[in-house]
Amino acid sequence: MQTENYLIRKASLEKLFNNLIGNGKTIYASKTNGERTLFEKIQTFGEIAEDYFVTTNSVKSVVFPRVEKVFSYNKTKESTEITDTSTQTFPEVVLWGTRPCDAAAFIPLTDTFNGDYPDTLYNKRWEKVYLLSFSCSKCDDYCFCTSVNGGPGNTAGSDILFTKLSTGDYLTEAITKKGKKLVAENQSLFEAAPSEAKEPNLAKVTTYFNPDEIQAKLQNLFENPVWDEKSRACLGCGSCAFVCPVCSCFDLQDEKHGSKGSRLRCWDSCGFGLFTLHTSGHNPRETQGARWRQRVLHKFLYMPNKSKVAGCVGCGRCSRSCPADINILETVCSI
Amino acid sequence: MNELIKKAKGLLESNAVQVVIGYGKGSVDRTRAIFLTKPEECEQLIFDSRCVQNLAVYLTKTEIKKMGKPAIVAPIPVLRSILQLAAENQLKDDSLVVLGVSPESELVEFETLASIETYLSTKEIAIDEKYRKAIDEIKAKPVAERFEYWVKELELCFKCYACRAACPLCYCTRCTVENNQPQWISVGSHPLGNLEWHVMRAMHLAGRCTDCEACYTACPMSIPIHLLTKSMLQDVNENFGNYGPSLRKDNTLSSFKPDDKESFIR
Repeated sequence: MQTENYLIRKASLEKLFNNLIGNGKTIYASKTNGERTLFEKIQTFGEIAEDYFVTTNSVKSVVFPRVEKVFSYNKTKESTEITDTSTQTFPEVVLWGTRPCDAAAFIPLTDTFNGDYPDTLYNKRWEKVYLLSFSCSKCDDYCFCTSVNGGPGNTAGSDILFTKLSTGDYLTEAITKKGKKLVAENQSLFEAAPSEAKEPNLAKVTTYFNPDEIQAKLQNLFENPVWDEKSRACLGCGSCAFVCPVCSCFDLQDEKHGSKGSRLRCWDSCGFGLFTLHTSGHNPRETQGARWRQRVLHKFLYMPNKSKVAGCVGCGRCSRSCPADINILETVCSI
Repeated sequence: MNELIKKAKGLLESNAVQVVIGYGKGSVDRTRAIFLTKPEECEQLIFDSRCVQNLAVYLTKTEIKKMGKPAIVAPIPVLRSILQLAAENQLKDDSLVVLGVSPESELVEFETLASIETYLSTKEIAIDEKYRKAIDEIKAKPVAERFEYWVKELELCFKCYACRAACPLCYCTRCTVENNQPQWISVGSHPLGNLEWHVMRAMHLAGRCTDCEACYTACPMSIPIHLLTKSMLQDVNENFGNYGPSLRKDNTLSSFKPDDKESFIR
């Protein structure tokens, strides 16, 4: 689909925000509170954080909540009544200020939830999401989007991508049908495309590796000392998986109260020892090294093999958050 | 620093230990835990104010235990954890070599765990003034407001359990939260599940927590859970006498004294 280019003035951006809120859309954006910058539901334009690289948490919880009720049940003497979670009430959501890596992450995530069968809960939420991303003008040493086919001005996944120009106004690229519709609905706020080039306004992100080469190397790397060496300090928590915008593993748990209860889909992590523990007591991934290998292989080998898209967008969240400073870029570069 | 490197090297050369657990260079401006098995690798050891991860957590990890007898670089918080682990029968005199690091960054050698106890006896746990103030402020709130404060803070928790994983004293091979027959604690990271988890975590550490702040440092969402354990530490002090890790094996929650206050039982 052909991208449509426009210009939006700095002042009009706030009007666009207000129009979206006015139309009853729920807006999530980055917000700084003390030492945290997080994606949160916000009400006013002024709440949006500007000075940050990426948020600590990813925004995947909007379509893949960390706890989601799949159904609830009520047992009586005669029968068991099961009520599926209603998808009618899912709100229209605008993700405002996602980074190009955040937006790109929805491609593998949506793939995963549409593998063997389409996941209704995910898809019903996803249908109502608008991704309004902003290009990155700066990056840090944990960023590596350009090594996984992304980039600071990458349009993949976004409905609209804004890039701040030297004038303080924004180049607007309406990428998808959804994005073009939003622009059309707010036509008065947009002007003809600017002549200033996009590229000079983007962060310079170092390219560390070629994902195809890594994918090829990993084919024969199942048994290798690198996994134990690079994960020795791993504490076995789920921080990396839970801040990751692509990780999608979950665990189904029942919570019951007498004869009533519900089945919940809760985030899970391959870093947990319990993740693959069998009822017999056997654990095919007995050590943190085996779990770290799974994490890397899943992202850089299995996912690109299966759906042609890597399971990593190079946002660097896992490495920034890791309490033991396990760095995924370092592991990938060392293989 | 040179002394530490020399000592670590000597231990590996003589095969007195098979692995040295210390701090080395990490990503960007961070330091990280490193595990050295060859004498020549000891040059990688560093120690400065960035070395805040509590390395004692590795002493009970299966993968690290498999590497053989360890020597561990141990600033004060690590020493306290080692002592507490010993009091809980997780470590013995001959199971490790402790390379103490004084507040002045000098190497302090310990022959026995008892000598660590003596060394620490003059270094009482003191809760930082800024945290004491924060706790007082929270405690001064009416109950409903206090509850609201914690519900709001804990709302961010997605149960990655980094707090548990980073804590040297959370060494259970199977945590209560992972039992589902019966399920004691809600698994989901919804408000109730989060509240249950963090209350349980703090309670389980009452009289055992050595105030190292590893839980808070590890939390990716920077939730002030250390205020819970610090507050618990204050309460233990006030109600059961001065707490400090020791080899006496008289942890507050695992011992009973006839003159213990019982006023909290209603």
